[in-house]
Amino acid sequence: MKELMQKLRDASLQAVSQAPSMEMLEEMRVKYLGKKGELTAVLRQMGKLSAEERPAMGQLANQLRGDIEAAIELRRAELSAALMEAKLEAEAVDVTMPAKELRQGHKHPMYNVLDQIKDIFIGMGFEIQDGPEVERAEYNFDKLNIDEGHPSRDWTDTFYFTEDSQILLRTQTSGMQIHAMETRELPIRIVAPGRVYRKDEVDATHSPMFHQIEGLVVDKGVTMADLKATLNLVVEQLYGKGTVTRFRPHHFPFTEPSCELDIQCHKCGGKGCPTCKGQGWIEVLGAGMVHPKVLSGCGIDPDVYSGWAFGMGLERLAMGEYKITDLRLIFENDERFLQQF
Amino acid sequence: MVLSRKWLTEFVDLPLSEVGDREFDEAMTVSGSKVETTEDLSRSMKNVKVGRILSIERHPNSDHMLVLQLDVGEEEPVQICTGAWNVHVGDLVPAALHNARLPGGVTITKGKLRGVVSNGMLCSLKELNMTEHDFPYGVIEAAAILGDYKAIDPEKPSIRADIQPGDRIYGKVVAAKVESVENAGVNLWKLRLNPEAELITRCQNLHEGDLVAYDTAKNSVCTLADLHAEQREFPHCIPDGILILHEDVKPGDDVAALLGYDDHIVEFEITPNRPDCLCMIGLAREAAATFHKELKLHTPVVRAEAGGDINELTKIVIEDPELCPRYTARMVKNVKIEPSPAWLRERIRAAGMRPINNIVDITNYVMLEYGQPMHAFDFSCVEGQEVHIRRAREGESIQTLDGTARELNTSMLCICDVNKPICVAGVMGGANSEIVGDTAMVLFESANFNGPSVRRTATSLGMRTDASSRYEKGLDPQNTLKAVQRACELIELLHCGEVVEGVIDVIPQPLKETTVKLESDKINALLGTDIDEGTMREILEREGFTLEGDTIHVPSWRGDVSHYSDVAEEVARFYGYNVLPTAFSGGISTAGGYSPIQQYERELGTVCRGLGLDEIITYSFISPSYYDKIRMSADDPRRDSLRILNPLGEDTSIMRTTILPSMLEILSRNYKVRNKEAWLYEIGKIYLKRPDGMADEPKIVSFGAYGEGVDFFTLKGWVETLLGTLRAGEARFVADKTNPAYHPGRCAKVYLQGKEIGTLGQIHPEVAKNYGVDAELYCAELSFETMFACKSGTPVFKPLPRFPGTSRDIAVICRADIPVGELRDCILKNGGQYLVDCTLFDVYTGHHIADGMKSAAFSLRMRAEDQTLTDEHAEETVKAVLTALERQFGAVLR
Repeated sequence: MKELMQKLRDASLQAVSQAPSMEMLEEMRVKYLGKKGELTAVLRQMGKLSAEERPAMGQLANQLRGDIEAAIELRRAELSAALMEAKLEAEAVDVTMPAKELRQGHKHPMYNVLDQIKDIFIGMGFEIQDGPEVERAEYNFDKLNIDEGHPSRDWTDTFYFTEDSQILLRTQTSGMQIHAMETRELPIRIVAPGRVYRKDEVDATHSPMFHQIEGLVVDKGVTMADLKATLNLVVEQLYGKGTVTRFRPHHFPFTEPSCELDIQCHKCGGKGCPTCKGQGWIEVLGAGMVHPKVLSGCGIDPDVYSGWAFGMGLERLAMGEYKITDLRLIFENDERFLQQF
Repeated sequence: MVLSRKWLTEFVDLPLSEVGDREFDEAMTVSGSKVETTEDLSRSMKNVKVGRILSIERHPNSDHMLVLQLDVGEEEPVQICTGAWNVHVGDLVPAALHNARLPGGVTITKGKLRGVVSNGMLCSLKELNMTEHDFPYGVIEAAAILGDYKAIDPEKPSIRADIQPGDRIYGKVVAAKVESVENAGVNLWKLRLNPEAELITRCQNLHEGDLVAYDTAKNSVCTLADLHAEQREFPHCIPDGILILHEDVKPGDDVAALLGYDDHIVEFEITPNRPDCLCMIGLAREAAATFHKELKLHTPVVRAEAGGDINELTKIVIEDPELCPRYTARMVKNVKIEPSPAWLRERIRAAGMRPINNIVDITNYVMLEYGQPMHAFDFSCVEGQEVHIRRAREGESIQTLDGTARELNTSMLCICDVNKPICVAGVMGGANSEIVGDTAMVLFESANFNGPSVRRTATSLGMRTDASSRYEKGLDPQNTLKAVQRACELIELLHCGEVVEGVIDVIPQPLKETTVKLESDKINALLGTDIDEGTMREILEREGFTLEGDTIHVPSWRGDVSHYSDVAEEVARFYGYNVLPTAFSGGISTAGGYSPIQQYERELGTVCRGLGLDEIITYSFISPSYYDKIRMSADDPRRDSLRILNPLGEDTSIMRTTILPSMLEILSRNYKVRNKEAWLYEIGKIYLKRPDGMADEPKIVSFGAYGEGVDFFTLKGWVETLLGTLRAGEARFVADKTNPAYHPGRCAKVYLQGKEIGTLGQIHPEVAKNYGVDAELYCAELSFETMFACKSGTPVFKPLPRFPGTSRDIAVICRADIPVGELRDCILKNGGQYLVDCTLFDVYTGHHIADGMKSAAFSLRMRAEDQTLTDEHAEETVKAVLTALERQFGAVLR
């Protein structure tokens, strides 16, 4: 009997450890350990043994059952690992195959730049003001100190809706200064972006419609030093820390003193190159202290309040930022263009 | 405005050698006179020397070239070959030597011409970038040289090849041989001929041995014109050649300096408030103030040696003092019209103008120097010897100097004699009083006109001139006398006329002086500075302001200064914009940020891009014909658009009342450049006419797409996702068969909370065709403001379901024309308390379904808040739904 048991042990452990598949392993479990299995058959012969021999044999048989079960578990784990490996191998993909195409839309490059500017000003406590594009001459010109007879009011320069030149397409966002001062509580800190229109034929640098952003601050004790500090900060955020700026006297009828802000050409460091047309500087915006006459025209006492304002063309900024060479591309909206940004 | 640095030194001690371009440009720019460009003229001309011709020989291998030996100031003579025949021994010529550079970037190198060494090139006017106006004596007259004759028809030559001196050519014209050529003055040559004759000619191309056509009757050598010959018959006898210099120069002198190329030309951008800077003196004043230098001004002195009295010769009447605050005039007798001297021509040229003749050049010179436009009348043409400054009368017209006849109207100021206009004031003179070769009496006008009036006149006549563009900015009325004096001084200096004694200077109303109070506190408060008053005074005085106590007397040329803020700018300019402090003074802080609707618009853009749409920007104006392109009905109120009265063109002439054509335009452009697909969105305004003539400008969200995978339901998905994500609410879509722009079977109106917010659908194929597109285009137009108005508030948290729900699928058969949307609405309405959602998952027609009917399958989702749903609950819901469907639509369970 002992020999029989030993034989079964050798045969079963050998077979189990080499079971080629899960199915075969299960068959072996039935074959060796099942109710009609070989171990059971061996145990059935226990009756033939003497009472003294039985406990020892029983212990031996139980040990054998335990060992076979352990061997089966071990083999099951091995087979399962092999199966997983085979499955993973079969599932391998060519990672260089093209990805599934997901569409993500693109913001128009000009609005990229505009949003960037808006965020800079919002960070400094400004609000955004929208306003009409079909505008009265009063707001586009008169209240900005641009007298009747100023060349910019010519029919060759401005689009008009009425023969008396009183209703027009705004030529600048500066009229938003007036709207803001007339409707808002003091102090005022706003930027007003939007479309403006001038009678320019379309070419690589001109368009009858383009965009500007206007800024206005009116408060007690506002000075040219504020203007300089704020705009320097804006330029630094737009063009990077360490950007060198230059303020230069200029003329706008609605600001006095007026200035233009240049940045030193980043390409040549001010030596002069094609990017800055040899000047070493690139013009960025116009600004100035709100003319006291403009303030009082809006019912604000210039002896108590002062203000500063700026205006900036957006297309040129976007073109500079993205090195866009032709303004027409901005309004052609070719997908091959839009998807670059 | 261009400035010659060389000329500037007459007024301010700023030589190029001391103040280089960079320093000058930067300092002028930051003090307020922005430099656009600076051109170093010397770079455009190099190594061109004055040469004296020592000898001339005929070229051994060419019948039209000459070999010259020249003294160019070096030890050895230089040999140069030329094809020009107007040169003679002893002439001074511009010689471009080896490695010379000429205007236009041409470089000259030595080489061989038909085997003979040529160490450079002699220059013509054209090669020096000059014209006869720059060098009037450079005009060349050519004689017909018989040796150069090429018959047009070789069979029938007009001149025999073997013609001999004395042979008759025609009439009294005979062939003659030049025996000797001798200089007889500028462009004059004394010839001795065989047959025996002696004469003076202006023809510069003759040399000893040439055979010429001699007119025995006129005792002259014939030119091509005299012989009625064509140029091709005498290919080398051309009215062109080398510039022979008649200047005070010697061999070896630099031609660049002689022509004024040793100068730097600075171009300024002058802002319209500073017309005083549109002249040499104005810029010199700025330069002097900028560099702390003395401004050296000259007071013109007129001797008036002609005597007499202008007041006895003429009378000047200003009939419209408002448009003419001042009119100053002087008279010049015995005028001799000639070219101006070299120095004057050079300055005219340096300022970017062309020299014409002494009188015209003097008026231009004075305008460049003083900024005061001047006009010269031929006084013999002034009828009645009176000048009236008045508005044109009804029906009057004038032919201006440019030869154009112009109708005048009663708003236009004119200079008139007793009968007619002779000049459009401040714009252009009349041909009827033009200075011509035999003009003897000149009346010089130096006047001040109302700027806006000149501008309006110039604009309506369509002729913006140098003078009008100055006048329109408003000129200094105190300048007229100085300018006319300077003009007369120049007349005397150039010996081109005799100035009559006396000046007529009409000032109808006293000229006002502007004063401003010096308020240093206010100025400092505006600038954020602490500049002491003494510094302010010094700056102002440097610029020509005078101060009496606190009163600033504004100089007459500074019409732009009238307020303390103007004074603040003057102080800041010379104190230094970049020296001013940079600091936040800190007022009351403002919160800043986007308003809710602005924030909403930003989110909207983010969602659109999340859907894969690219943003576009389109023009707000369109063509009226675009309404036809989208098949808008003729009586559609949207056709009543705001119309631009002066559009650039038809295509941009009205303000759009619908955004659809703009989107279609862009889709079509993408389609035409063969982009396979386009998915686009725009948030743009439309412009709706208001009774007060202004516009309501609502914003429209516009979608447009074509390409693979885009159909009606893609578009609908975009709209639903957009509205859902932006919490605008659940939209209802109602079929719209009547919108002419859209496919009648694939178009829906979109409603939010019962409000129509727009349209979506496939563009009508006819419309697509109108845009040249042979593909399905899908568009949506949604009102942004309505979306925002429908937006729900901040979402309130709902507890997650605690009990499991259940679902049932039902399929019903109903008439095919019943929209599934209505079925769904019915289900949701009648499903009872447990029904939470219902989705369509199948629509079927065909086999087993009767004609005109369809099967629609819905999945119903049910859940209760307080219990696990049982089958009974589910059956109850399904039963209620089926009952309602049958009652409302006659739909039965399949």
